[in-house]
Amino acid sequence: MKSFQTFVETYNYLVTVFLMVAGLYVVIARGNMIKKLIGLSLFQTSVYLLYLAPAKIDGGTAPILDAAYTVYSNPLPHVLILTAIVVGVATLALGLALVVRVHEAYGTIDEDEIFAESEEP
Amino acid sequence: MRLDVLLRIGAKLVLPFILLFALYVHFHGEYGPGGGFQAGVIIAAAVILYAIVFGMAAAERAVPVRWLERMIPAGVLIYLSAGVPALFTGRRFLDYSALGADAAVGHARGILWIETGVLITVASTMIAIFYAFAGRGRS
Amino acid sequence: MPTLVLMVLLTLLAVVTIAIIRQRNLFGAVVLAGGYSFLMATVLVVLDAVDVAMTEASVGAGISSVVLLATLHLTNAREDRPAHSAGLPLVVALVVGAALVWGTHTLPPFGSADGPIHLHVADRYLATSLSETHAPNVVTSVLADYRGYDTLGETTVIFTAGIGVLLLLRGRRA
Repeated sequence: MKSFQTFVETYNYLVTVFLMVAGLYVVIARGNMIKKLIGLSLFQTSVYLLYLAPAKIDGGTAPILDAAYTVYSNPLPHVLILTAIVVGVATLALGLALVVRVHEAYGTIDEDEIFAESEEP
Repeated sequence: MRLDVLLRIGAKLVLPFILLFALYVHFHGEYGPGGGFQAGVIIAAAVILYAIVFGMAAAERAVPVRWLERMIPAGVLIYLSAGVPALFTGRRFLDYSALGADAAVGHARGILWIETGVLITVASTMIAIFYAFAGRGRS
Repeated sequence: MPTLVLMVLLTLLAVVTIAIIRQRNLFGAVVLAGGYSFLMATVLVVLDAVDVAMTEASVGAGISSVVLLATLHLTNAREDRPAHSAGLPLVVALVVGAALVWGTHTLPPFGSADGPIHLHVADRYLATSLSETHAPNVVTSVLADYRGYDTLGETTVIFTAGIGVLLLLRGRRA
């Protein structure tokens, strides 16, 4: 049973790292700017998971005080990640506004095409 | 009969409940999950639904852009103004004990005050961002 | 039982991520990203982070999807085949992944109550939130009262992003 327990614990962190790496791969490997921004938001959500997993306590409940419970999850990472989520969507909106302007200026949002076009004499 | 009758009737039925739910989430943020951010986003979702179903012209008549331009900084100013009464009584900025006779009552009032500021800023920013994207012409 | 539910949800998240990467039609990618966001909100509820789950569901699946679809409407919705090979980015991603997996070895076991994260100031906030702020929701009282400066900074960031988008996109009417 001990090895199954360790497998379960490592599985959570493994999937978090997989999501992080997948988001990073999309950002650096794909040229389409909207795809890059989707990959960036995938990366950000995996970081939220990385922060919130250690905050959970077995047998605890959500950090809303009530007479029936004594063990609560740690509220501090929740506060931090709440801020991070809202800031993330704000930067996504700003990034997408820039993508719209780039499309109007160059006619395309593919990074490779823009670089090729700007290298022509 | 136009094909979007179901959408229009459904949206008209559901919109008041969405706004009511947003207010519930805002005022009960201290007693359950919720608060200013979630409530602001729910209000923005209601206005975006109205804009999608009834068109941008109708939405801009209901929630004009000029209001939004003034509400975005107004929310931040409301937040800042919650910290100013403390300065007049010799305490530090954003110390909520100065907002009420009892320190705990002052803190409860301060939380609701700043959450209202956050609600106004978040809701108007999200609606303004949607208006900016949806009102832009295609090249 | 919660651990089993968590493992199933995380597996679904990984599958949806692979689908997003391979999806070339951007409209499909945006819809899958909305589904990913809802799955993430469910995972957060299982992890007892209810405030965060509500925010992630409304912001990630709501506002993000709307803004992405609006951008798709204003640009073209197709992703072309990448011009250069995906070998080097894949190697970089795998190296980073290996380093991160090695780094997570020393994290405390999942669900333990005596990791360093629980030892310092969290108990103080849980103990005094009701008496000092009349707010049973500790996340709200920490966000709005004990760490109010950070929330001021966050509101200013939202304000700045709104102003930035308005500056960039106000102008040409449809």
